[in-house]
Amino acid sequence: METPEEKSAASVKTVDAVTAVVIFLLGALVIWDSWRLGAKWGSDGPEAGYFPFYIGLILCISSVVNFIAALREKSGDSFVSRSSMKMIMSVMIPTIIYVALIGGVGPVSGVGIYMASAIFIALFMKWLGKYAWGMTLGVSISVPVVFFVLFEIWFKVPLPKGPLEAALGLN
Amino acid sequence: MDEITSLMHGFVVVLTPYNLGLMMVGIILGVLIGVLPGLGGANGVAILLPLTFSMNPTSAIIMLSCIYWGALFGGAITSILFNIPGEPWSVATTFDGYPMAQQGRAGEALTAAFTSSFVGALVAVLMITFTAPLVAKFALKFGPPEYFAVYLLTFCSFVGMSKGSPFKTITAMMLGFALASVGLDTVTGQLRMTFGFTEMLKGFDFLIAVIGLFGIGEILLTIEEGLAFKGAEAKIKMRVVIDTWKKLPKYWKTSIRSSLIGCWMGITPGGATPASFMGYGVAKSMSPNGANFGKGEMEGVIAPETAAHAAGTAALLPMLTLGIPGSPTAAVLLGGLLIWGLQPGPLLFTEQKDFVWGLIASMYLGNIAGLIVVLTTVPFFAAILRIPFSIVAPVILVICAIGAYTVHGSMFDVWLMVIFGVVGYIFKKLDYPLAPLVLALVLGDRAEDAFRQSMLMSQGTMSIFFANGLVATITSLALVMLFWVPLNAGFAKLRGK
Repeated sequence: METPEEKSAASVKTVDAVTAVVIFLLGALVIWDSWRLGAKWGSDGPEAGYFPFYIGLILCISSVVNFIAALREKSGDSFVSRSSMKMIMSVMIPTIIYVALIGGVGPVSGVGIYMASAIFIALFMKWLGKYAWGMTLGVSISVPVVFFVLFEIWFKVPLPKGPLEAALGLN
Repeated sequence: MDEITSLMHGFVVVLTPYNLGLMMVGIILGVLIGVLPGLGGANGVAILLPLTFSMNPTSAIIMLSCIYWGALFGGAITSILFNIPGEPWSVATTFDGYPMAQQGRAGEALTAAFTSSFVGALVAVLMITFTAPLVAKFALKFGPPEYFAVYLLTFCSFVGMSKGSPFKTITAMMLGFALASVGLDTVTGQLRMTFGFTEMLKGFDFLIAVIGLFGIGEILLTIEEGLAFKGAEAKIKMRVVIDTWKKLPKYWKTSIRSSLIGCWMGITPGGATPASFMGYGVAKSMSPNGANFGKGEMEGVIAPETAAHAAGTAALLPMLTLGIPGSPTAAVLLGGLLIWGLQPGPLLFTEQKDFVWGLIASMYLGNIAGLIVVLTTVPFFAAILRIPFSIVAPVILVICAIGAYTVHGSMFDVWLMVIFGVVGYIFKKLDYPLAPLVLALVLGDRAEDAFRQSMLMSQGTMSIFFANGLVATITSLALVMLFWVPLNAGFAKLRGK
């Protein structure tokens, strides 16, 4: 018997079919925009949409074939189980928060990459790894410091910085 | 013997303490990248590429190509010790490598793997040394139609050699071309598919795509498998190395076969992964010990490793001579050439002699250095693998984010990387191949330029792709590759009747 944790969150068939539809729509978008630009032969040669138009066309045709193939799939295999989905979300959500923290979203400004990295690593270790605070703080602070030395000082590649670096006069 | 003189000149270029130092740094970083999940040859080089913008191109390519060799070597460590392929091309190595490790013969398996990698690479470098100048000379005669035909051949080969559905290969490829066409059209100056977003003006950078697709996507896949590294003991004693080396010459036939398969698959854009499987398959069917394959046969480690390394190295031949990369990592290196202001293609051999021959010389030295490094440092890298995933994963994600940011210094790219990561994860699970997508994204603009110029020459008729013997041959070959699957099935049917 399937335990609820092993239950499928989505079947391969569904994801395959949905992906094909999304790609078809992208292909249609490419065709539409190429047509707007002109996909024909202009006075001085091929127009801007000439090449992408055919790319979009092939994209649409091949995604129709993929869609039909997906519908004819009978295996009913699971694309991802619920427990795996949970694992993936527990990585994706912190990652999205991390990227938002670096640069900020809309009017809210970010805290810079070093600070965000420290928070991200600490969160990850504490939440998923269940490490003691000492270990968590040690790793989450030393990694950004190493990167700071590597990028800002050694390679002189500036990365996004926030209020902390400004307060420390490291900008 | 022009090649020998040029090669010697190349060695002079490479043999400075600075370049040798970069070479060692590259190898060690490469092995590290090859060992860690989520970091591989392609995205590892992509992440480090922005750091080399200020270096001189020769030193930069030496370091980056050494990262590539290191990653090729490193993949074998995880395959043999942990039964986890660190790289897709080392999947076939697990078949016999891991059983050997379980039998307590890990040292033997690792030595065999590293040595055969080295042999494979050496054969491929020798091939590059002597054929690359000829190919480049030949390619000087190419015009736009010939170039487009070669691009066509490259992409059709992907379709013909794809293991899954050819339509998924075509879809992935066209997606790459579509992404490549976004942004400012350099010929007409019009904006394509930007839909009013200023961020889209510069188009999609393939480096971001590579970091997302291969990096983030790989991390997600690894997490789903719920990784727990349980590894065999990793120590290589000098005596084991010598003993293994004594046994290796016995398998010379397998080595030669795999080297040839690898060289061929590397030049045509099959790449290292199919080459390793093919090398393994051929060895299994032709070896007298074939029945023992999968139970810990040394030949089963030699065959895929030789082929993978030969293919990985040979992939640089079309990249250097024609500007057409044979693998995603070669594509990233090609991107590097463009950023450093070098025009890849046949002219490189006449105009940038130091660069080309420096690179080729560094291939010899890099692989020797690589062999020594991996043989001596295996325990260190195996220890890294024992660091729990909940520490390694966030650090790798941070590295990916930094890598994506440094390409253009734009946060938009970091978001794009996350999206590409999700796409990479879904595509991997649905068997959409990623290599054609990346190659199409890299070559899209240049393929389009070649196509447009050809069309201008012919005033819009396709017959220009059959206008002379050369271009007609390449185009026909491309069409054969495109319809390889149905053609092959047709032949099989005819023979069956």
